[in-house]
Amino acid sequence: MTTLPQSTEKKLGLVIDLDTCVGCHACVISCKEWNTSNYGAPLSDMDAYGAEPVGTFLNRVHTFEVKQENKPAQVTHFPKSCLHCEDAPCVTVCPTGASYKRVEDGIVLVNESDCIGCGLCAWSCPYGAREMDAAEGVMKKCTLCVDRIYNENIPEEDRVPSCVRTCPAGARHFGDFADPESNVSILTAERGGMELMPEQGTKPVNRYLPPRPKTDIEQIDILAPLLTRQPEETGGFLGWLDRTLEKL
Amino acid sequence: MTMHNQPQLDTSPKVSDEIRHTTCYMCACRCGINVHLREGKVAYIEGNKDHPVNQGVLCAKGSAGIMQHYAPSRLRAPMKRVGERGEGKFEEVSWDEAFDIATGWLKPIREKAPEKLAFFTGRDQSQSFTSWWAQAFGTPNYAAHGGFCSVNMAAGGIYTMGGAFWEFGAPDWEHTKLFMLFGVAEDHDSNPIKIGLGKLKKRGAKVIGVNPIRSGYNAIADEWVGITPGTDGLFILSMIHELLKSGNVDLDYLIRYTNMPFLVNQDQNSDEHGLFIRDSDGKEQVWDRVKNEPVAWDAKGVKPAMKGSYKVNGVSCTPSFMLLADKYLADEYTPEAVADRVGISADRIKGIAAELARVAFGEQIILDRPWTDMRGEKHEQMIGRPVSFHAMRGISAHSNGFQTARALHTLQIMLGSVEVPGGFRFKPSYPKPVSAHPKPHHKVTPGKPLDGPHLGYPRGPEDLALDSNGKAKRIDKAFTWENPLSAHGLMHMVISNAHAGDPYKIDTLFMYMANMSWNSSMNTTGVMDMLTDKDENGDYVIPHIIYSDAYSSEMVAFSDLIFPDTTYLERHDCISLLDRPICEPDAIADSIRWPVVEPDRDVRGFQTALIQLGAKLGLPGFVNDDGTDKFEDYADYIVSHERRPGVGPLAGFRGEDGKGKGRGEPNPNQIQAYIDNGGFWIDHIPEEASYFKPWNMDYQNYAVERGLYDVVQPYVFDVYQETLQKFRLAAEGKGDIQPPEHLREQVRASMDPLPIWYEPFEQTLVDNVEYPHHALTQRPMAMYHSWGTQNAWLRQIHGHNPLYVPTDIWEANGFKDGDWAKVSSIHGAITVPVALMEALNSNTVWTWNAIGKRKGAWALQDDAPETTKGFLLNHLIHELLPSKGDGQRWANSDPVTGQAAWFDLRVKIEKTATPPNLQSEPNIAPQESPVGRGPKNVEYGKVWS
Repeated sequence: MTTLPQSTEKKLGLVIDLDTCVGCHACVISCKEWNTSNYGAPLSDMDAYGAEPVGTFLNRVHTFEVKQENKPAQVTHFPKSCLHCEDAPCVTVCPTGASYKRVEDGIVLVNESDCIGCGLCAWSCPYGAREMDAAEGVMKKCTLCVDRIYNENIPEEDRVPSCVRTCPAGARHFGDFADPESNVSILTAERGGMELMPEQGTKPVNRYLPPRPKTDIEQIDILAPLLTRQPEETGGFLGWLDRTLEKL
Repeated sequence: MTMHNQPQLDTSPKVSDEIRHTTCYMCACRCGINVHLREGKVAYIEGNKDHPVNQGVLCAKGSAGIMQHYAPSRLRAPMKRVGERGEGKFEEVSWDEAFDIATGWLKPIREKAPEKLAFFTGRDQSQSFTSWWAQAFGTPNYAAHGGFCSVNMAAGGIYTMGGAFWEFGAPDWEHTKLFMLFGVAEDHDSNPIKIGLGKLKKRGAKVIGVNPIRSGYNAIADEWVGITPGTDGLFILSMIHELLKSGNVDLDYLIRYTNMPFLVNQDQNSDEHGLFIRDSDGKEQVWDRVKNEPVAWDAKGVKPAMKGSYKVNGVSCTPSFMLLADKYLADEYTPEAVADRVGISADRIKGIAAELARVAFGEQIILDRPWTDMRGEKHEQMIGRPVSFHAMRGISAHSNGFQTARALHTLQIMLGSVEVPGGFRFKPSYPKPVSAHPKPHHKVTPGKPLDGPHLGYPRGPEDLALDSNGKAKRIDKAFTWENPLSAHGLMHMVISNAHAGDPYKIDTLFMYMANMSWNSSMNTTGVMDMLTDKDENGDYVIPHIIYSDAYSSEMVAFSDLIFPDTTYLERHDCISLLDRPICEPDAIADSIRWPVVEPDRDVRGFQTALIQLGAKLGLPGFVNDDGTDKFEDYADYIVSHERRPGVGPLAGFRGEDGKGKGRGEPNPNQIQAYIDNGGFWIDHIPEEASYFKPWNMDYQNYAVERGLYDVVQPYVFDVYQETLQKFRLAAEGKGDIQPPEHLREQVRASMDPLPIWYEPFEQTLVDNVEYPHHALTQRPMAMYHSWGTQNAWLRQIHGHNPLYVPTDIWEANGFKDGDWAKVSSIHGAITVPVALMEALNSNTVWTWNAIGKRKGAWALQDDAPETTKGFLLNHLIHELLPSKGDGQRWANSDPVTGQAAWFDLRVKIEKTATPPNLQSEPNIAPQESPVGRGPKNVEYGKVWS
């Protein structure tokens, strides 16, 4: 069992906009690409060209269909990675202290040299956000690109997680939830940012912006009446044409 | 309890030794990339923030470039076939031997009959170069892959308004308030559309998606319209009906910027019926409603009439707008009349038309930017109609796709939303009307170059590529009565026609970057048979096949000689203004690729190999007067070639001082200048020239200065298309050049000068009770079709392609998870796994394109799911329509452009027993892999951990 810090100075995390995510998987691969060569062990791909390729990914996009009464089904793309919970059960369950939450920014990390690959943390995570690397036998998880966000070898504007930098639709946002004036706090307030499964009591830091309501129903907006035929008494279409020409 | 124990971390580790800027080639989008190198190896690829296309972002394909570059399927050296075609048995040879074999075939052809070479270049991004090579060789048989991709959209746009979507133009993402997306669009222009959608979402602008399948972009659309496939044109024309009847069209715009006021000959007996009335200078006439007389359309102060019947020199005529209004105001286009066929309720059609009108006219945008039009009139403001559209393959790949694309462009024009703030904007070198494009060239002289560029835009029947007997001059029968405006050629018909010896036999088929024995052909099994078929002497019916690819694709196995290409990180390229540039609506831009890593195999960039082959063949332009090679390699060509004096493949950093923009002498240091500038060059269009480009003299003058044109060329949009009417007149028996009898009715019906809708051909010829469902494919956003390899990372996202089935069909067949089905068309049958998808048109099934692979290809293991459960829908689609019993071969193509009608497919579905080996059918015999198989496990980056 490992303790969590009493509190953290910052609460770094992601806002993911489900109204904007088109499910392109750019974030998934950019994450893989950065993290296989950087912090900790590589993210392996077992049976890479064979029958059942299984690789380690720190971020995956799931696609769901939502069935609705009297409306067509909707499709939602749902990217999922570690939510860097305040009460992270993956930390408290760790028998060696390898899993920990950073005091300065709240990022949950695995100290791979202390990880014995027991897998308890993955079992305890209600979000399924941790993956055991099959080649290296250590637990891998989202690091919020801890080796990018403070990295002085990277231009300042690029000091964000790889997934955020690459997202083509701009559906991913990175910032400090402890600061009410931060971009992520404002977005969360404006768009009703949601916690994922709050009933699990882990106090996740990341937030999801819900899809805006769709209008694809058969009824017409009363504020936008249907187009009406040009009245016959004023000459119909040709009458409209004459009147419009006169005004030009 | 283990106490909180926080280790010291290095949060500023070294990222890379060097960053090199080049251009992505993981799809057709051409984003700028920063390639991070570590100890000479590629460590990380990210988007280039300064680049006009992607502005720093990068898609999944782009980020997976590492796995593409180091793919085990990379070819290693030139190869010659040693087994039978299709087996995949090869022997590696030297480049000298490969060139000797190729020149041994090609030299005699060029001396006697250059047309016996068919050179087709697939997903080529160097068409201005490859077409120049083919011209120098002298064969008329050249094209790239547009004929089986989206020529309907390109040609429909150019014939209507001098440009289309994607490379031709884009929505005004900064200002548009309503964006309407038709059909699958996740493939072309991939990152710019995602960036644009993100901007719309941020502003809360509305997105309407029209697509039978609610995936990708349609999943985030505010409104989803699950239309019946192939009916988009009817839906659009019905909306035009609604806009017209209510007076919601931009009349001022139509008068100023389109040919809607032009007078059209209405004398049924005239040889010029349906053509414009012209004065003695050949200038189109309008009726001045103040002077009450005919005047030239561009006369100063003209007040054109938009209705009425007139007589000019005794000929009855009327403004073309009247013909348009009469046509679409007819009852056949009322929402009630079309609702059942398009699968959208009449109320909903009316509602969407009302929404378009409300935003276009109720929320107009005004920019305080003065500009001057082609008539010399000064405008204080730029007034915009903030409604925009995009469409690509979804509406293109039907046999009614050309006219549907015309209908969509016409809808934009009726709303006055083309080249205005908030609407659709051209990207230079567009706008470019038909008159600024070449005509097709096809005059063959043995031993000499062709008489001009192969591909072009016919102006009338006199421009068809027919000999004096009316026989096709091109092997793909482009520019014939079967498909007169086939501006991109018909790559999908080459193998079929060459095998049939129709219109003639060829000797050598030379292809690049096109998987024609697999996912890029209709009737895949049939095509494999054609490629391996032998004549009575035991010789292959298609005698020689040369192919260039970087990877061990399915097509490699069917070729006799292989030129191994490099990966995209190992090569020189130019994304040229002479070709398909990377310009944005606000800027001219072009870019390069350069070898950011050197090849570790005996491979050469295809274009360099082509230059060397051209020199060995002594092609004009490829050798100096003393017989020595003109160019060392493709990089040398890029820098030194001039297409016109001062205008070459790259527009930036020209001239001795490297300061020339668009024009200037060749600069030997030009490529280094591009490298130093991040791999691209950009020149911003002045603000006053930024909109109204076809009519804006500031833009016209700027375009001439930069070498896009040599003279200003303002023009009006051809909503009424006279070229189409010329073909129609011929079909009606008028003029000297006449179509063959069996094609008369098809030409008459399809070449309507105003957009029309007709039923997709296949469903008019098959029993729609027996084949009740539509079947489509899409390309996944995270994986392009196979012009690369089956990427180790991306195949974990898209390694399976079940057939997605909507609820109604699912329940009717009693399907359960894990079930399989036999899917049949009039042409063939496949046995495949099925999966339920609810957010889908209730009469449509679909699957991902090109996930299915042949065993042995792409260095995959034989039990890879792509080769077992994976499948192609292509087996169900034939390049010819079902027989009509008239003895003719009718292409499964658009009758105007020849575009392959992939999405016309009709199928039936029957549940079958799950195959015990979970193997889809047909199960094509394996090919041998000339590169072995990929490694079991991959741990990329381990050297640095």
